Amino acid sequence: MRKIRLIARLDIKGPNLIKGVHLEGLRVIGSPSEYAQRYYRQGADELIYMDCVASLYGRNNLSHIIESAAQDVFVPITVGGGIRSVDDATHLLRCGADKVAVNTAVVANPNLITDIARRFGSQCMVLSIEAKQIAHERWEVYTDNGRERTGLDVIAWVKKAVSLGAGEILLTSVDKEGTRKGFDISLVKAVTQEVSVPVIASGGMGKPEHLIEVVSEGAADAVAMADILHYQCTTIGEIRRVAELSGIEVRHYEIP
Amino acid sequence: MKSPEVTVIDYGVGNLLSVKRGLEYCGAEVYITDRPGSILASSKVVLPGVGAFANAMAELERLQLIEVIQEVAQRGTPFLGICLGMQLLLDESEEFGLTQGLGLISGQVIPVPHISTTGQPQKIPHIGWNNLVVSGNRLNWQNTILETVKPGESTYFVHSFMANPLDMNHRIADCIYGGVSISAVIGRDNIVGCQFHPEKSGEVGLKILRQFLT
Repeated sequence: MRKIRLIARLDIKGPNLIKGVHLEGLRVIGSPSEYAQRYYRQGADELIYMDCVASLYGRNNLSHIIESAAQDVFVPITVGGGIRSVDDATHLLRCGADKVAVNTAVVANPNLITDIARRFGSQCMVLSIEAKQIAHERWEVYTDNGRERTGLDVIAWVKKAVSLGAGEILLTSVDKEGTRKGFDISLVKAVTQEVSVPVIASGGMGKPEHLIEVVSEGAADAVAMADILHYQCTTIGEIRRVAELSGIEVRHYEIP
Repeated sequence: MKSPEVTVIDYGVGNLLSVKRGLEYCGAEVYITDRPGSILASSKVVLPGVGAFANAMAELERLQLIEVIQEVAQRGTPFLGICLGMQLLLDESEEFGLTQGLGLISGQVIPVPHISTTGQPQKIPHIGWNNLVVSGNRLNWQNTILETVKPGESTYFVHSFMANPLDMNHRIADCIYGGVSISAVIGRDNIVGCQFHPEKSGEVGLKILRQFLT
């Protein structure tokens, strides 16, 4: 009787909300605060902010965007991109984030997972994974927004990260990201079978029906959505309605 | 009209900013403090909290706030505990050995069961949105902090332990997790506690904060 969470994902570059395909070819969409407020009003269960260029510059630049979101967005906020230390995490949580999503830095230093989880609780430590398929039923972990290979196997890495204290997995399929062709269901299924922590499926949602597949076949606990919302193909309210009609349990929400 | 004033107790656990902004959004003037004098002089008090019970009680003790909180709550000042701040209202907690609480509502804090009533393993912590239902002994939420909330509306939970008040009349709302009824809102007289985070529960949470401010 878990409720599937509908999460709006906002990829940020500098002051702008952007969107690419396969995490590349980034296009400016608009103002993050305007879109965040729109998705909050539509009934997003959570928001995820990702600083897409953070790893490149070695730091997360979202403090001001998060501070401003915390003024008028009253649902949980996750921030990722360029978080290198417990201090970086502390800073973003003070700005109003509820959880941090970490990818590149914990691949380099897995103990950071434990350090963040010990300090703030596992529920706060989201492992972000950028996965690319390399063979049948095999995926490799990428970092730096899908640019750098790590040689790590996704399934082995997820198991290790959870044992170190990761409380949630944000699983982005680089292959599907920005394509609007649906989630990588075998990837999601492979991960949800191995771990008991919640898994957020990200990358590929192009229509509300894709949510049904990734939940019923992939056992995802949540879905992160970007393109489908940014280009106004549909609304979170409509996706919620489709989910309810298909018997998927979601938060009951009436737009005020 | 003058904005209602609220004091949020700062004892070094958790992010107070979201609570402050939620209350401000609802029209309150918010003071964050750990000073006994300011807390005693407040017209409304919020006890937030994230983390472990024993650590929170130790911090309250170090700051000499235990008696202060007991006094302010006993004298009738509207008092809201959020998440761990709600659990602290009880007599004691089983989290990492038995620890004494504030004793403002009789009962214990116990683990959220790892097994559902049908024998299925349950994900712990209980994280996410869950529906509020009217607790067993009640007909509705009239004259409670949930006055403007409809049964079935959802709020956001993150917790591994749960409050178990002895007196069923102190249970205002529950949520159901794995078939188990978990206290979502408890209270008596001027004292109320929410297991969920109203400041992270969208418009429903804001309705609850507004009701506290009235």
